[in-house]
Amino acid sequence: MSDKKLRVVHYINQFYAGIGGEEKADVPPEVREAVVGPGMALRAALGDDAEIVATVICGDSYFNEHLEEAQKAVVEMIRQYNPDVVVAGPAFNAGRYGVACGAVAKAVLDELGIPVVSGMFPENPGVDMYRKYAYIVETGNSAASMRQAIPKMAKLAVKVGRGEELGTPEEEGYMERGVRKNIFLDKRGSMRAVEMLVAKLNDQPFTTEYPMPTFDRVEPGKAIADVSKAKIALVTSGGIVPKGNPDRIESSSASKYGKYDIAGVSDLTEDTYETAHGGYDPTYANEDSDRVLPVDVLREMEAAGKIGELHRYFYTTTGNGTSVANAAKFAKEIAAELVADGVQAVILTST
Amino acid sequence: MVKEIERTGLPVVHMCTVVPISLTVGANRIVPTVAIPHPLGNPALSPADEKELRRKLVETALKALETPVEEQTVFDS
Repeated sequence: MSDKKLRVVHYINQFYAGIGGEEKADVPPEVREAVVGPGMALRAALGDDAEIVATVICGDSYFNEHLEEAQKAVVEMIRQYNPDVVVAGPAFNAGRYGVACGAVAKAVLDELGIPVVSGMFPENPGVDMYRKYAYIVETGNSAASMRQAIPKMAKLAVKVGRGEELGTPEEEGYMERGVRKNIFLDKRGSMRAVEMLVAKLNDQPFTTEYPMPTFDRVEPGKAIADVSKAKIALVTSGGIVPKGNPDRIESSSASKYGKYDIAGVSDLTEDTYETAHGGYDPTYANEDSDRVLPVDVLREMEAAGKIGELHRYFYTTTGNGTSVANAAKFAKEIAAELVADGVQAVILTST
Repeated sequence: MVKEIERTGLPVVHMCTVVPISLTVGANRIVPTVAIPHPLGNPALSPADEKELRRKLVETALKALETPVEEQTVFDS
C-alpha cells in the first residue's frame, strides 16, 4: 500500500500561479495539468511518495466574492483527477487566500471525502473559519517562511493521503481542529486530574486534555432610537487617506492608524483622497474613495436631516496582514475618542 | 476593530463584502457590500446610478443601527 504513489491536487491563488497581483485577483478558477509556483517545492518535498497530478488556480477576490460558485467549480476540477489528498496554499497571513484554501478544504471534504492539508499563519481568518475541515500547518506570516512550511505540509499530506493514523495536532504539527478522540491510557481519569492539579499548584507545566473553547463575543451595541438625531462616525480598514498618505500608513501590516478631519468635505475625489491599502486593486478606490468611505452620500443625508451629524473625523487603517493585537489596540484608542466626542453610532467599512 | 469599538457600547455596523469573515471577527450588524476593491460602488454603473447604489447600502446600514439585535445579524438591502 505504501508503495503506491499518492495523487495530489494542489490549490493556489493567482499570485502564486504567476498570473498577477491584485489587478488579477478576479480571475475565475482554472486547472492546469502541471506543477505550478510553490508546487515546485512541494513536489521536491513529496519526493517519491506522491506526485502532483494537477494544479487548480483561482483569483482570491473572485473566490471570496463568489464563494459557492467557486467552491463548486474547484471541486469539479479536483474530482476529475481523483486525488488521494489535496494540498491548498500555503496562504501565510493572506486573509482572502486563507479563506479560499479553507473553503476549498470544506468543499473537498464534504463533496469528495478527500482530506486536505493547508498552511496558514494562526491569525489568518481562514484558520478559525475552516480549521475543522483541514489539517492546517502553522506557518509564519509571510512567504519568507515557505521553506519551513512546505516540508511540514508535504509530510502531513503523505500521512493523511495514505490514511495513516495521526498523532495529536502538536505531534503532527497542524493546528487543532476541535476533534475529540477517545484513547486508552494507563492511568485512569481521576489520577490524571489530580496529577494535573498538583502540577498546577506547584506552578509546574501541565497539558489539559480538553481545552475549553474561548468565545470572545461582544454584546451588540444598543440600537439608536433615531438616526436623524444621531452623530455618526466613519471608520475603515480599507486604507482611505488624504492624497499622498501624509502619515505614511503602511500598505500592509499596519503599525498605525490615521485620523482625518473631513469638516466641509462633501465628496472624496481623485485629487484629494486615495487608498494606502496594498491588499486589493486600488484603481477603483483611487478614482473615487467614496466607493470605500461613503462621505458623499452621508453628507447629503446630513443636509437632508436623515442623519443628525457626520462626525468631523474619520479613522482609517489598512486591514491586510495587520495583526489582531495591533487592530485591537487601534480600535480601543479610536473607540475611546469616539465616545469622548459624543459619537452615537459607527459605520465601519472593510474591503 | 468592530469588536473593540462595540465593547464600549456604541453600535457598529460592518459594511463588507466577505460576510463569513465579518461573522468570524464578531461583527453583530453586517451589511453585505458590492465587491472587495469597491465595497460601496460599482465602476460599471453610471455615476448617478453608482451613487444611488451607495445611498441604498448606507440606508440599509442606518436601518441596521436602528434595529435592536440579540445576535449576529446580516441586513440585506
